[in-house]
Amino acid sequence: MAMEMRLPVARKPLSESLGRETKKHLVVPGDTITTDTGFMRGHGTYMGEEKLIASVAGSVERVNKLVCVKALKTRYNGEVGDIVVGRITERRRSAEDELAMRGFLQEGDLISAEVQAVFSDGAVSLHTRSLKYGKLGQGVLVRVSPSLVKRQKTHFHDLPCGASVILGNNGFVWIYPTPEHKEEDAGGFIANLEPVSLADREVISRLRNCIVSLATQRMMLYDTSILYCYEASLPHQIKDILKPEIMEEIVMETRQRLLEQEG
Amino acid sequence: MAFVALSEAEKVYIVHGVQEDLRMDGRGCEDYRCVEVETDVVSNTSGSARVKLGHTDILVGVKAEMGTPKLEKPNEGYLEFFVDCSANATPEFEGRGGDDLGTEIANTLYRIFNNKSSVDLKSLCISPREHCWILYVDVLLLECGGNLFDAISIAVKAALFNTRIPRVRVLEDEEGLKDIELSDDPYDCIQLSVENVPCIVTLCKIGYRHVVDATLQEEACSLASLLVSVTSKGVVTCMRKVGKGSLDPESVFEMMETSKRVGKVLHTSLQSVLRKEESLGPKRQKVGFLG
Repeated sequence: MAMEMRLPVARKPLSESLGRETKKHLVVPGDTITTDTGFMRGHGTYMGEEKLIASVAGSVERVNKLVCVKALKTRYNGEVGDIVVGRITERRRSAEDELAMRGFLQEGDLISAEVQAVFSDGAVSLHTRSLKYGKLGQGVLVRVSPSLVKRQKTHFHDLPCGASVILGNNGFVWIYPTPEHKEEDAGGFIANLEPVSLADREVISRLRNCIVSLATQRMMLYDTSILYCYEASLPHQIKDILKPEIMEEIVMETRQRLLEQEG
Repeated sequence: MAFVALSEAEKVYIVHGVQEDLRMDGRGCEDYRCVEVETDVVSNTSGSARVKLGHTDILVGVKAEMGTPKLEKPNEGYLEFFVDCSANATPEFEGRGGDDLGTEIANTLYRIFNNKSSVDLKSLCISPREHCWILYVDVLLLECGGNLFDAISIAVKAALFNTRIPRVRVLEDEEGLKDIELSDDPYDCIQLSVENVPCIVTLCKIGYRHVVDATLQEEACSLASLLVSVTSKGVVTCMRKVGKGSLDPESVFEMMETSKRVGKVLHTSLQSVLRKEESLGPKRQKVGFLG
């Protein structure tokens, strides 16, 4: 059995460990971004009294003439075409619903879906009109901040390490064992409840810890970053990944590799 | 207790994982998450401690006040426990929602300290039948991430270790009136011995096996748990079963043996951390809440 108790260590500010020379321009709601009226307003800003004011807390991003504020921590804002992973909390109680749906979906079930439309109050309507969406079976759910999920062409990834992952735009990341063969006629609503093999479990647990480490260190989540983090974590035991010093080391290595790959 | 909704498939995954001794975060059935302990975090208390166990965050403050001893125990002081489940931890605790859980935890703490050897209550007596020290132990639940009882008991033990009770003298003048004199030196205090203070080990039954230090998701898959209060020597002081499900006597015996083993390691780790912190001296860097 393992038991580790330690004294807390103060967290270093991220910019120190990154060695960033240019400090980010951080603002809070109500701060003036600029008094220059030549800029176009982007997300998170509004015009008031001849100056551009921030409406969210975050960092200012400037692209040519467009100024916007990227919020550091935000609730998920739905956009048409986003992939989301969600849990059923409540359902309509009508006769047809009882007869038809309850056989397939219960309260508490997880599903993957695509955003069909966004209402003016922020509510979204979802559809599962493709065989790749539907009820999710056995696996592990990790909740991260929605701002950490990078927008990509596809959010369903079959990682070479032996598991698959769905990166929901709403911050819900679903890790599950790669299905052996693609079942064309399953339709995605029948869950497979057979025990998952130990090797697959180890991969899934390791991936889960890696994703939690990346999220704790505020790194963007996408297939490459998760894969590099997984490979960097291989020398360590799965349960050690969440220890603060090992987490920092692994994420540092991942960051290094990603920079090398870009540059 | 804060609970998470899980789908059937997720529960099945967790149960099978526990069978194979590989939990969701890679731990074995008898592994704890990383624990962070810090004492002396609240300045206007006699002793305080903060414990972080994964996502569970507990703050304990101990205040020593003078009062009259209980009628049936005139030579002893006593401890009073109060648990506050703050709405910070989970929205279910808003308003009076956290009161039930708070009373349950406080009653458990009363039970485990309700024996002669946990804390030397005689050392809390100032003058028999008249004055004694009462230790008010306040527990604040800041965040709820599963395994509350263990974290709370660790924090209570650490806070009692950190408690400094001022040394007092009883002076009797010619007329027989007693006067209590506080020492001039603010650092002249007595420290409580926490060697026999027990800690709680919670064992959750999941499937056919039991796990130590369950997360919220694992607690949702478990129908029955056993709370065992163990001292550093491996002696069980009290035991309580929670949950709707049933436990058969063999499982109870196995779980008790596990808790004795796990409890001894828990105590040694806690003692070494507390001693390490004490050796850093009063000038150590305090991390506190903004670290």
